Order: sequence, then structure tokens, then C-alpha cells
Amino acid sequence: MLSQGFVSAAAIAASVLFILSLGGLSNQEKAKRAVWYGIAGMAIAVFFTAFGPGIGGYWWMVPMMIVGAAIGVYVAKKVDMTEMPQLVAALHSFVGLAAVFVGFNADLERRRVLASQLAGQSAEGFSAFAALLAEKTPAELTFLQVEVVLGVFIGAVTFTGSVVAFGKLAGKIGGKPRQLPGGHLLNAGAAALSLLLAIIYLNGAGFWALLLLALLAFFIGWHLIMGIGGADMPVVVSMLNSYSGWAAAAIGFTLSNDLLIVTGALVGSSGAILSYIMCKAMNRNFINVILGGFGGTTGPAAEIEGEQLAIDTGGVASALNDADSVIIVPGYGMAVAQAQNAVSELVRKLRAAGKEVRFGIHPVAGRLPGHMNVLLAEARVPYDIVLEMDEINDDFSDTDVAIVIGSNDIVNPAAQEDPNSPIAGMPVLKVWEAKQVFVCKRGQGTGYSGIENPLFFKDNTRMLYGDARSSIDALVPMIE
Amino acid sequence: MKIGAPKERAPGEARVALTPESAQHIQKLGHECLIEAGAGEAAGFNDAAYREAGVSVVDGAESLWNEADIVIKVREPLEDEADCLRQGQTLISFFWPAQNEALLERCREKGASVIAMDMVPRISRAQKMDALSSTANIVGYRAVIEAGNQFGRFFTGQVTAAGKVPPAKVLVVGAGVAGLAAIGTATSLGAVVRAFDVRPEVAEQIESMGAEFLFLDFEDSQDGSESGGYAAPSSPEFREKQLALFREQAPEVDIVITTALIPGRPAPKLWLEDMVAAMKPGSVIVDLAAEKGGNCDLTVPDQRIVTDNGVIVTGFTDFPSRMATQASLLYATNIRHMLTDLTPEKDGTVNHDMEDDVIRGATVTHAGEVTFPPPPPKVKAIAAAKPKPKEKEPTPEEKKAAEHAAFKAQTKRQLTLLGVGGALMLLLGQVAPVSFMQHFIVFVLACFVGFQVIWGVSHSLHTPLMAVTNAISGIIVLGAVLQIGSGSILVGLLAAISVLIATINIVGGFLVTRRMLAMFQKS
Repeated sequence: MLSQGFVSAAAIAASVLFILSLGGLSNQEKAKRAVWYGIAGMAIAVFFTAFGPGIGGYWWMVPMMIVGAAIGVYVAKKVDMTEMPQLVAALHSFVGLAAVFVGFNADLERRRVLASQLAGQSAEGFSAFAALLAEKTPAELTFLQVEVVLGVFIGAVTFTGSVVAFGKLAGKIGGKPRQLPGGHLLNAGAAALSLLLAIIYLNGAGFWALLLLALLAFFIGWHLIMGIGGADMPVVVSMLNSYSGWAAAAIGFTLSNDLLIVTGALVGSSGAILSYIMCKAMNRNFINVILGGFGGTTGPAAEIEGEQLAIDTGGVASALNDADSVIIVPGYGMAVAQAQNAVSELVRKLRAAGKEVRFGIHPVAGRLPGHMNVLLAEARVPYDIVLEMDEINDDFSDTDVAIVIGSNDIVNPAAQEDPNSPIAGMPVLKVWEAKQVFVCKRGQGTGYSGIENPLFFKDNTRMLYGDARSSIDALVPMIE
Repeated sequence: MKIGAPKERAPGEARVALTPESAQHIQKLGHECLIEAGAGEAAGFNDAAYREAGVSVVDGAESLWNEADIVIKVREPLEDEADCLRQGQTLISFFWPAQNEALLERCREKGASVIAMDMVPRISRAQKMDALSSTANIVGYRAVIEAGNQFGRFFTGQVTAAGKVPPAKVLVVGAGVAGLAAIGTATSLGAVVRAFDVRPEVAEQIESMGAEFLFLDFEDSQDGSESGGYAAPSSPEFREKQLALFREQAPEVDIVITTALIPGRPAPKLWLEDMVAAMKPGSVIVDLAAEKGGNCDLTVPDQRIVTDNGVIVTGFTDFPSRMATQASLLYATNIRHMLTDLTPEKDGTVNHDMEDDVIRGATVTHAGEVTFPPPPPKVKAIAAAKPKPKEKEPTPEEKKAAEHAAFKAQTKRQLTLLGVGGALMLLLGQVAPVSFMQHFIVFVLACFVGFQVIWGVSHSLHTPLMAVTNAISGIIVLGAVLQIGSGSILVGLLAAISVLIATINIVGGFLVTRRMLAMFQKS
């Protein structure tokens, strides 16, 4: 058994390594080293805690870790890059559920310790956590209950919320927002009831109060995320990311463990910032996204004149052969059609022909922050030609051809031109400033937000209808 | 459908409406192509080249007119050609319906549809079939070449051992397509180019081609966008000012290229006799409006004359035929685009869609009716660019004041936040035990560190960031590890499940992050 001093030192080392690990993600090369910092930090933390004072139950612990690790390896090896969003959501749900269980345990142990203290028994046979509890003052124990409530509540919301997010992202649940009659009033009612239960619990009610509270939180998580549409999932996933962090931090308070608190706070703030960036990219505030729906239209949308003109791959190919500069704007449709490899091949050929090819990525393209970057990286598109919206938006006017693959709202000029549009003010990629725009799209129709896109009616826009992957595949051999 | 191009029979016409290149494209639309033997000869395309492109070469005009379903031509048909038309046949060519009413009536009687290439509306979508523009482009280029041919000096200024050569000064009047092409050609030859146009909005285009825009300060300037991009007649006062400007330029310039035309009217007289008299001997005037009477007083159509003071005035009207190969290539492409629009399904059947703005605009007779003049197109020619009201530039004082106010507001906001936060902490400190507050300090600091660190993360790495934060949020495993040794079976069980799922998180999260990061490659 290692002494408490060792354990504390390990916690400090692990905290520093975690911070370095997150900070290293500032660029692609450093990131490859940074992930090792994270792994080292986690190994140190787990090892020193597991062999610290007062830890038992190795017969349970070690096999569980081995099985868990095996599942983890399997999942990480097997998952497709297009399935990243649902994997991330699934992993969040695990943290949430673990937080709920650890919170329950904390309460059960508290009761056990109190009972044994009343009976005047010694502290023998307690877990490390129970031994800690035994030294707490009554005031500290009351506070511990508050922390348990917070940990369990946030954990439970994270759990069911992530499960629903997983279902929606994996296509197992329909992407449309759905709510029970009563809508958000139901959520508000459940939240109020939870608060009431929390007060009852703090005033000495039994374990049932905590259990009921968890069930209510499960309901809130489920119902809240069911009410949010598929395309808002980037915000939802980063929000759940944040929650899983706060749940860990709350449990850290319960366990008086600074390492948990620090890590939870890091993860929590990371998720919060991601959510903020996503919301900003859609020009909507957080509450608006979570409560669902586009609101706040002030008048009829501007009439769109003109018609959508189709083009075949031959036409696109000849335009590409004549072009010197090309910008490709991918969206979720590219991921759905699994077209990233075809796109990569197209880019390789165009670049070999001496053309300047770049990608413009909108922050909310795809279903996860940075989703498009990962897909393109998987298809071996070099990351230095994959640019963010702000980096590339001024270059469209000097570009010969812009190709939009499976994105809609993020290239909608109405966001800038029509103050009555529901997405007015949202920053968008100004593809229409390019000399020619080709839109690769499955068919006529509006995007997720249900808003007509005037881009498709512009004079310099041509629609390439059909499955993105087969369209691009057909295009590649025609590039000289 | 059979698409046939007869030989042009108008005197001096060397162009042809079908080239081997355009024929290949037209065949892709499902059509069959015919050409009269020798039709492309003058434009540099022999019959063998057509055969190679899959075109059937037909002997004699008559059999071609009889065989073809659609006849494509350059010039409007001669009278006997019009007589060859039959019911249901379509003719595509320049037609000038406003000037050729009798011919139009004759075609209508025959029951043929006529699509006039000169009537294609000037909207962006129709640019690819705008034969007037592609012809004007050639004319503008050729005008400069002809001027150079007549002009006795270099265009570009040079300093040679034999002495200094000043650059030629070129004035282009009318900055339509031809004018702009002339500006481009003259500047690339090294001349100093000035240009004038009654539409002030073309100033930018003139300057972008490298010429100096002669600005005429006059209140009542025209807005060209209302008339489809063409100039309209100007008021007498405006004209006086304009002539005064030219008079000023006349002694200075060496070459004058005039391209001023007003649709449906004789060309305006802009370069008067006294201006010609004021020019230096050896100067050249190329009048591109000669066919419509000329912009210059002295212009004689199709003639080169030399005035008493040695100024050369040319009034050639056959520039397109002087560049027959290029002109045919472009015109045939315009025709090909028109056929593409007429064959939307690419199956060789023509859909003469009178609802389509472009086809409707260009069609002058259809189904036994004269359909000229067309109704105004649904889409406006050029988006009326309303001059934007200039935003008032803030003075330095105002800027400073605004910055100061913003700074003050920010300070106020931060102080309020700090105040509220401090008060909350104070309240919490009253009720919370000391041990909690110690942990809370750690928590708050960790949040700050987190915010600072995460802002630095590259946008493209947000997915790996989520995966890695996912992995480290598996740190909750520590909580379960601390509890798993409990004597209670239930606690042990819950803790064991927590260990299991948290471990999946840790291992899965880190491995998938590593996998993703390994994929990011530099080019």
C-alpha cells in the first residue's frame, strides 16, 4: 500500500498532465504528443489511487478494468470516423451513469457510517471512502448531501440525454424534434419536483428521495434532448460533454478528491466553450438551441426569384478543368453519403493539375464540432488546406469554382441578405461570391431548418443532383 | 432532329454557324448535324474536318434547307432563303426583326419559327448565347489591329538608341463590349488609353481594363441598368458638354475608336468635322458605328478616307468576317448553347418553351404568329445597383470617445460580475465548512485554467478535443475505486459497474483520439 503522500503527489502530477494534454491540442503536431500526456496522467492517477491507502475489492476492480479496457480497445478500433458523433455521445452517457452510481454509493456509505457510529462500532472494514466519511463533521456531511444531489442530478441528465443523442446521431431515433404534450412545461415541472425532493432529502428523508430524484433527472435528460433536432446536435453533444465534466466535479466534492474536481472543471469548461462557439456560429443563444426550434421571425421571408438550374457531371468537370482556384464546402450530407474519399481523390487530382484547392469549414458543419476536419483527415486530405470559415470567407470573390457538398443552411445567403429570415445574422460561408457555384445535393428541398435557400436560385449556381458519392466518383475520371 | 448550316450567301460574309467543335457538342444533345459543302471554307474549316466530327456534308443549299429541321445561320436569310422555309421548321440566326419587318412577315407566312440571336435578352443566364457580345468583342479587338495597321507609329513608348518614341494615345468612345475589348487590346499593346461613356457606372470597368475614364461632371447622368445595359439618347445640354470634352481631347489623341450606338436609332454624331480638323496628321479614326451612319461626320461606310489634314478615317463594317475563324468559333458556341436550352432533356427533341425568358425573348415568330417585340423579361437585366449611402467616417475624437465608452462599459460589467461573484462566495463561506471552501478554490482555479487552455484549441481539432475530454472525464473511475472496497454488496456492485464503464471511457476515448490525430497530415 502506498501512503497518502504518494497519492496526493500523483494527483498533482496527473492534473498538470491533463492540462498539458488539453493545451497541446492547439495544433495538429503538438496534439500527437499531447494525447500521450493525457494517457500518462490517467495511468498515474488510476495506479496511485488504486494502490493507495484503504483500497480493497481488487477481485472486483481488476477484472472490471480489464474487461472495460478490452471493450474500449474494441470500440476505438472498430468505429468509423463518420460514427464519431454517436461514439462521443455514448461515452458521455457512461460518465453520466458512473456519476449517478458513485453518488448513490456515497449516500449509501454515509448511511452505513452513521449507523455504525451510532452503534459504537469501530471503523474496521470500511472502504477508503467510508473511512473518510467517518472523520467528517455533521456540517460537512450536510454539505456532502448537497454535493451528492448535484452529482446525481447532473449525471442522470447527462446519461439519458447522451443516450437519446446517441440514438439520434446513429439514426436509431428519428432526427425530428419530438416532445410529449406539455413540452417544456413538463421539464420545468420535473425540475421543480426535483428541487422539492432535494429539500426533502436534505431534511433527512431516506434513500428513496435520492432515487426518485435520479428518475426525474433521467426523464428531464430524455425529454429535453428528444425535443432538439438533428442538426443542433453539435451544441447538444458539447453541452453533454460539459455536463459530464460538471458531474465529475460534483462527485469530486463528494469524495473530497481534488483530482476529480480539477479534471471535472477542465472538461466542464471545455464543453461550455465548445457549446458557446457552436451557438455563436449559428447566431442563436444557448437557451434558444436547448429549448429547440427557430424562433423570432419578424416578417415574411423575402421572395426568391429565378429557378434552380441543374447541370451534369460533364459540365462541372469542364468548369473544374478551366478553374485555377477551387473551394469545397462540405456539410453533413458528405458524411451521410460517405463521399469523403471520393472528394479526397478529386482534390488530389485537381492539385496535381496545379490548381489551388481548399476547403472551407463552417463551425457547425456536421454533427460534432470539428466533424468535417476529422472526416477529411481520414480521407487523407492534408489539414493545411482545410480552413475555417473566418480564414477563407474573404477569398470566395477571387475563386473560380466553389463546390458545396451536402450543406445547406451554412451557405444560405438569406442569413445575410434577408433580415426576416429565421437564420438572419448567422455567419455563413459566402460561396455565392465565387464565379461559379456547384451544389451537390440529393434533390430539391430545404435543409434542416426548413428554410428555402436563395443560393440555389442564383445565376452563378448550378445544381448537381444525385448522391454525393456517386456524383463525385463520376467526376474524378473527367478531370484532366 | 437534324440541325443544318447552309453557306452564307451575303456578300463579304465569311463566317459559318457550325464548327466541327460545336457539332460534336450538338451531337451530344442527341441531334444530327448537316452542313452545306464548302460552307466553312472561308472561315478555315474544310469539309473533311466536318466529316471527321461526324457532320454529314450536303451538296447544295436547297437539299440542306429541305433536310434540316433546324437551320442555323449567321446573317438574316435572303429573300429566296426565306422562301425555302417550311411549316414547323426553325431558323436560328441574326435577324434584326425591327429593321426587317417584311422578312419577318414572310417567315411567319411560311409557318416557321425564327429565333433571332440578336434578340437574346441581356440577363446573366443568357450570356453564353449572347452573340452580339461575342461579335462585339471581336470587333473591338480588330478595331485596334486595323488602327495599328493604318497608324504610322508604335503603340508603346520606347527609349531606343535612335531616340525616344512617345506612346500612342488612344481614345475609346463608348465602353460597351466592343469598347472594352478595344481598351484591353490597346492597353496590352502599350498605348495610353482614355475612354468615355455616358453611363457613369462603367467607370469601374474601364479602369479595371487599364484605361483612364474621362469623367464628365453632369448632374443628370444616365442609369444604364434601366435600359438593359445599353445607352439611351442624351439631352442637348449633356451633348454639348460631351462635345466640349472631345474637342479638348482631339489635338492630343492619335487614335480614336468610336463605338457609340443607341439601339434602334442612327448612330449619334460625336466626332465632328472640327475635331477631325484639330487632330494631328497621321492620326487614325476607326468608326465602328459606320453601319449605322457613323459616329464621325466624315465616315464613309466600308471606305478608308484620308482628310485634307492627313487624318485617316476608316468605316469598315466587316470586322467579324475579317476574323472569320474566331468569329465562327464563338458564334457557333453561342448557337450551341441556344440549342442546349432548346433541348433540356438532351434526347434530340426540341422543346420550344415559350415560358422560358431567354427563348421567349429571342423568338420572333412561332406557330404562325409574330412574337416580336417580346414582353419585358421577368428577370431584370442588371441588378439595379443603387449607389450606397456612404457611411460617415467617424472622426478621431468620436472614435476615441466610442472606445472609451466601450472600455468603461466593459469595466463596469467586469466589476459587477466580480462584485456579485464575491458576494456569493462570501455567503457560501458563511454556511459551507472550511474543507469545502478549500476544494472550491481548486475548482474555481481549474475552471479558469480550463477556459484559458481551451480557447487556444484549434477549431479543426474540436472532435479530438471532445474525445480526449471524454477520456479524462473517465477520471470518475477514481470515485468508484475509492468505494469498491466497501463491505456492502450493493455499494460494491454499483462501484464495480462504474469501474467497468468508466474504463471503457478512458481506454476508448484515448485510443480513438490517437487514431484521429494520426490521420491529420500536412501536405
